[in-house]
Amino acid sequence: MIIEGKAVVIAEDNVDTDVLYPGSFLNIDDPEKMKPYLFEGYNPALRDQLRGDTILMAGANFGSGSSREHVPHALKAWNIRCVVGKSFARIFHRNCINLGLPALTCPEAVAAAKPGSRVRIDMEAGVIDVDGTRFQATPVPTFMREMVTSGGLVPWAKRRLAGAGGR
Amino acid sequence: MPHTLAEKILLAHSDVKRIAPGDIVMTRCDVVMANDVSGPVAFRVMEQMGAAKVFDPSKVVMVADHFTPAKDAISAGLQKRLKDWSEAQGVTYYGQGRGGIEHTLLCEEGWVVPGSIIAGGDSHTCTYGALGAFGTGFGSTDIAACLAFGEFWQTVPGTIQIELTGQKRPYVTGKDVILAVIDRIGVAGGTNMALEFVGPGTEALSIDERLAVANMAVEAGSETGLFPADDRTAAYLAGRTNRSWKAERSDPDASFAARHRIDLDTLPPLVARPHSPGNVAPVAETKGVRVDQVYIGNCSNGTITDLRQAAEILRGRKVHPRCRAIIVPATQRIYRQAMKEGLLDIFVEAGAMVSMPTCGACFGGHMGVLGPGENAVATTNRNFKGRMGSGEAQVFLANAWVAAAAAVAGEIVHPAEVLKGEAA
Repeated sequence: MIIEGKAVVIAEDNVDTDVLYPGSFLNIDDPEKMKPYLFEGYNPALRDQLRGDTILMAGANFGSGSSREHVPHALKAWNIRCVVGKSFARIFHRNCINLGLPALTCPEAVAAAKPGSRVRIDMEAGVIDVDGTRFQATPVPTFMREMVTSGGLVPWAKRRLAGAGGR
Repeated sequence: MPHTLAEKILLAHSDVKRIAPGDIVMTRCDVVMANDVSGPVAFRVMEQMGAAKVFDPSKVVMVADHFTPAKDAISAGLQKRLKDWSEAQGVTYYGQGRGGIEHTLLCEEGWVVPGSIIAGGDSHTCTYGALGAFGTGFGSTDIAACLAFGEFWQTVPGTIQIELTGQKRPYVTGKDVILAVIDRIGVAGGTNMALEFVGPGTEALSIDERLAVANMAVEAGSETGLFPADDRTAAYLAGRTNRSWKAERSDPDASFAARHRIDLDTLPPLVARPHSPGNVAPVAETKGVRVDQVYIGNCSNGTITDLRQAAEILRGRKVHPRCRAIIVPATQRIYRQAMKEGLLDIFVEAGAMVSMPTCGACFGGHMGVLGPGENAVATTNRNFKGRMGSGEAQVFLANAWVAAAAAVAGEIVHPAEVLKGEAA
């Protein structure tokens, strides 16, 4: 699987899910309706950079704090194609994998990216090309890579239910 | 092969014969929990999965606690869905006025026993580590799969062992212990790790204090924060649960990712300054910060122990005119106990507001949201920018002694100063 797009950069470390999607909007459960509040507590103007071809390049411990799935739901609703982080907080990372949103760890690629950089990702090889320079991402366990490339936990569950003859 | 406590618990809940950090294993849960924020999203995902019924209604519990009582019509709609879904599925539902804040409540109600695995649709599910359970937080899609199958995929964590030595000094609580840990290892220092608390210092920590410690394990990035079960755990569980359990601990020769020692003899009351739980300093270094709101409550520090500490400060004193104080007993049971002990009267007499159990203001939802330029001292677990409302507000995390003292002084002070009557 090849993913291509343009970088939107959140260089800061420890960006938490509260600033990415503030608590007062947690009573929304429809991903489409979550879109207007993504980045609301961090930098609402960043939403203007989301043009449907975004690869989000993020700092260390990205998505720390609350387990609110509203953040990756809103990222997906904005058609963000992949998140590349210097590192990720555990629950946020799981949430991305479960929603079929690729999330790769590669500090060097993030450091090299500027807003608007051309990014090309070879998911199988774990190679991230930023403006023509190639970086190797931290290897992703097969289970997680298959989970992402097959669309996440919903298709996984459907297959499991089909295998069990329904439930 | 020697194993850590976390590995032993995971091994007992999976079909694999061997286990090591980094392995991905399908893990069975003993309890699946969600609330009025994570639940309805999970129900929608469960429908998308094509699963009509939960795997085992006796292992599922729903708690209305975040936007309760409903802050607006949208929130009321979510809470109605939580209630209706619970009824349709035949699962346990703690409705408004019948429960409280999920994590304190589930411990209180006997859902959590040592060695069990609890999957919760809330990041502070790690609180259950206080009772030696592998509680860990998930987003709604994981919870949907847990509801459907009773399982989740889990990367086996390494373990960071924290040894507590010495004796706590006055006005130092579990809150200060965990702030010291976060200060030591950093807000991402526990990523892909379980924390494990051992040593003579753990014996002196009550279950309420252990709840406060385990609760903030996630603020160090950790999966959970385990206290191996001991006599205090057994005493707490007696009469609360009929689930079977046995005390387990890490093998002495188990492999730990790191070991740290926290010396309680030298630990002062601490404060986490804006905007990170890792921005820790002794209370003395934040002295004099003007305080507009004090918030005593939440899933880490809304226990009867916290309320008693607050009452000791507020008894016969007044909340400073420039400050407002909100006190939130974590559960209906704690509320009633506080009432019996006369604590609520002390609070109201002091000019504090006593709220019904709710997560409310802790996450900036409602019931005490901060405005621009305001400072708060809160016994909660997160002081991220905008966490309690305005992005221009500042939140200082501290224990209940420090929070109550700030309410009286209208500024951050060491609690001993207020008790000695030295505050302005």
